[in-house]
Amino acid sequence: MNYELISSKLNEKFSTNQNQLNTSTAGDPYFLINKEQLLPICQYLKENEELWFNFLKLITAVDQGDKFSSVYHLYSYKYEFGITLKVDLEKTNPVVDSLCGLYKAANWLERECYDLMGIIYKGHPDLRRILLPLDWQGYPLRKDYVAPTEYNGIDNT
Amino acid sequence: MDSNKAKNLEQILESSIKDPKDLTRYLYYRKKLKEEGLSDFISILPLGAAINWARANSVWPLTFGIACCAIEMMAVGASKFDLDRFGSGVFRATPRQTDLMIVAGTVTYKLAPRIKKLYEQMPSPKYVIAMGACASSGGPYTQLGYQVIKGVDKIIPVDVYIPGCPPRPEALIDAVLLLQDKISKTIPQQEAI
Repeated sequence: MNYELISSKLNEKFSTNQNQLNTSTAGDPYFLINKEQLLPICQYLKENEELWFNFLKLITAVDQGDKFSSVYHLYSYKYEFGITLKVDLEKTNPVVDSLCGLYKAANWLERECYDLMGIIYKGHPDLRRILLPLDWQGYPLRKDYVAPTEYNGIDNT
Repeated sequence: MDSNKAKNLEQILESSIKDPKDLTRYLYYRKKLKEEGLSDFISILPLGAAINWARANSVWPLTFGIACCAIEMMAVGASKFDLDRFGSGVFRATPRQTDLMIVAGTVTYKLAPRIKKLYEQMPSPKYVIAMGACASSGGPYTQLGYQVIKGVDKIIPVDVYIPGCPPRPEALIDAVLLLQDKISKTIPQQEAI
């Protein structure tokens, strides 16, 4: 398996120019996915017998300054190949579909991204904070986050 | 106990006595014993000093490792460094049976109420060692750690601070010895006697 095969299969199936393979930047190549097509694309990648991306390694999120990115790392145990998907989200309303219905592993990973970056995963069964206390204000990994100097009566200056 | 050892112990305790009333009583009874010719067989010491001696040599810590400093703490408890030589090797799994809390790691906001509760569950007298940079001051998380409390002394009183990231096992042993020194120099509360 290689990136060209996945790219051609995706273009054939979803026939838009938006799901592009991006190899120009440093690091691994990634697919920049249209937000609305994330769920069908992941379903296709998981269930197509020539691709068989049956394992969700990681969900993470990036604050790009003017936008958020939700990043998905999928892995195919059968063909021993991993790919990266990225979805760009607008800063004011970062909402994207949840992958919980496809991958059970997405549950806690999406909760972590929600906890630290404030990305809303639509359709998640239990979207609440996972690492920070439940009454925490704000999302710490955002670039514009300011750390509190006091929390529940504990002075931290 | 043979008489030489008893005498040595008496000297040590005498030097650590702070309460003048205790000392007067102690010297009076020792004089009486000498007059009777019994001082080689009976050793007496002030109750406060005896309590301090017992307390200082059986400081039981709480099994409480919250970050990487706990690895060093485990090394201190194990055979190579052997904290048991100083009477502190009995790591208890419940705060009700402990005298010492070794805060071995980073204290976060989420952990703070739990630490406070554990500290309050410990019976008095109780002591705290802040082990390492995180527990002493926040350490590497001081500037950018939004979730880290800058020193465990923001929530509970600390007796001994150990610098280091993490400290060597010898440093923790030194802290325990410092704490023993501190305990043996205190005047026990009246209700304890």
